[in-house]
Amino acid sequence: MDHQPPPFFNRGPAPLALLTFYIALSLALLIADARFQTLEMLRQGLSLFTHPVQNLAHLPGQVVEQVSSYFVSLARLQEENAQLKRTRLENVSSLLRTKQLESENQRLRKLLELKERPTAHGQLSQILFSARDPYSRRVVIDKGLQDHVQAGQPVIDDAGIVGQVTRVFPFVSEVTLITDKEQSVPVQIVRTGQRSVVFGLGNGQLELRFLPANTDVQNNDLLVTSGLDGIYLAGFPVAKVVRIDRDATQAFARIFCTPIAGVENFGEVLVLAPRPTVALPEPLAKQTAANDRKSANKAGQGRKKRAKKE
Amino acid sequence: MQTSYGSARILLPVRPWFIFLTLLLALLLNLLPTGILLAMPDWVALVLVFWSIREPRRIGMGSAFLLGLAMDIADASLLGQHAFAYVLVAYAASSLSRRILWFPLGQQALQVFPLLLIVQIVQYGLRMLLIGGDFPGVFYFLGPCFATMLWPLLTLVLLLPQHQPVDHDANRPL
Repeated sequence: MDHQPPPFFNRGPAPLALLTFYIALSLALLIADARFQTLEMLRQGLSLFTHPVQNLAHLPGQVVEQVSSYFVSLARLQEENAQLKRTRLENVSSLLRTKQLESENQRLRKLLELKERPTAHGQLSQILFSARDPYSRRVVIDKGLQDHVQAGQPVIDDAGIVGQVTRVFPFVSEVTLITDKEQSVPVQIVRTGQRSVVFGLGNGQLELRFLPANTDVQNNDLLVTSGLDGIYLAGFPVAKVVRIDRDATQAFARIFCTPIAGVENFGEVLVLAPRPTVALPEPLAKQTAANDRKSANKAGQGRKKRAKKE
Repeated sequence: MQTSYGSARILLPVRPWFIFLTLLLALLLNLLPTGILLAMPDWVALVLVFWSIREPRRIGMGSAFLLGLAMDIADASLLGQHAFAYVLVAYAASSLSRRILWFPLGQQALQVFPLLLIVQIVQYGLRMLLIGGDFPGVFYFLGPCFATMLWPLLTLVLLLPQHQPVDHDANRPL
């Protein structure tokens, strides 16, 4: 005869046991996500359940927006239309010349036996909302796996680089802005042609690092992508220098920049097609393969981080 | 009879679908596109703490874990970050529920405040430990303050369906 409690007193496992189980489970998830980045499939699967709730939550905002856009005054629209026509006319001359210059450039490059410059094309997308995570700067756009978006694609707006797609869901994808702390963009100063890397600071500003204290940088210098990373095409505006702190005691100057694109705005962005990978020349490829084998024996963590960035 | 929100008051039994509905509503409120409005209270944590205190046998760590996962996906944070904090707080709330319900509403709110603060602090700690990053600002920790102020109102609203009709029959035999 066993003395089990009657079923109405049965309350399942002890609370402490349950707590241990769930805490262990979430810790495992946390570490797998933060250290190994192996949970993208799980994330995509679970997002199918949260996506409808999210859509529902955004419904009121969309309705208000649509209603208010319906009641936009005729005068404002007419004014906007006239302005757009004016800018189009202003742009026409430079656009026509650009086309001609591009074809001339191509011809000259062919004459000089240089590689052709890759041209940019992409798909238009809408920023839906900024992610609620206060520790990072990300936005969510309305194109996902269904539209063949891949992680790593650069995102631009009408003024310059906005960020990079870092996570793709079935219907939406996440774009990490260039002002995020984890994001870096290889750039070139237009005036001097000097190359460097610009890092996000997390507060809406960027910092140009690894330039010596006596380097030739001025306020209002324009930074464009250098294209050395194989991700961004060369020549897109990234940021403008706003403040330079030259400290004689330090080897590097602290150079602060603001992004040129409307990074913190909402609107339409262009997701650029991924750049075709350039094969390394034979001796270099051999060398990197050997290096990879060597570093594979050491900690694999750094490599994974790099792989994520690429 | 004096109105009281402690455990002494006899209420109608809660309907499970009502709990589910309120939690879903809280999730919806959390997913509203408020953007970088940091001082927004964490509605899911608040309602979760409420039901963990009121109905510890129905709402516990299991539901906390699932809600946490949903928040992680929607928030684009680390997977398990919210789940960890919510599970911890659901455990604390359900083990403190007997004590908290003895107090009047204002003092209940005072006891709920540290629980809600734990949610933010645990998330901040996990983030710093695993990835690193910068301090999100004081406003991030102001959310629990606002949520605490809402506690009496929340109790009033969420217990509304459980109130018994007032019996005016003065000549009742018993």
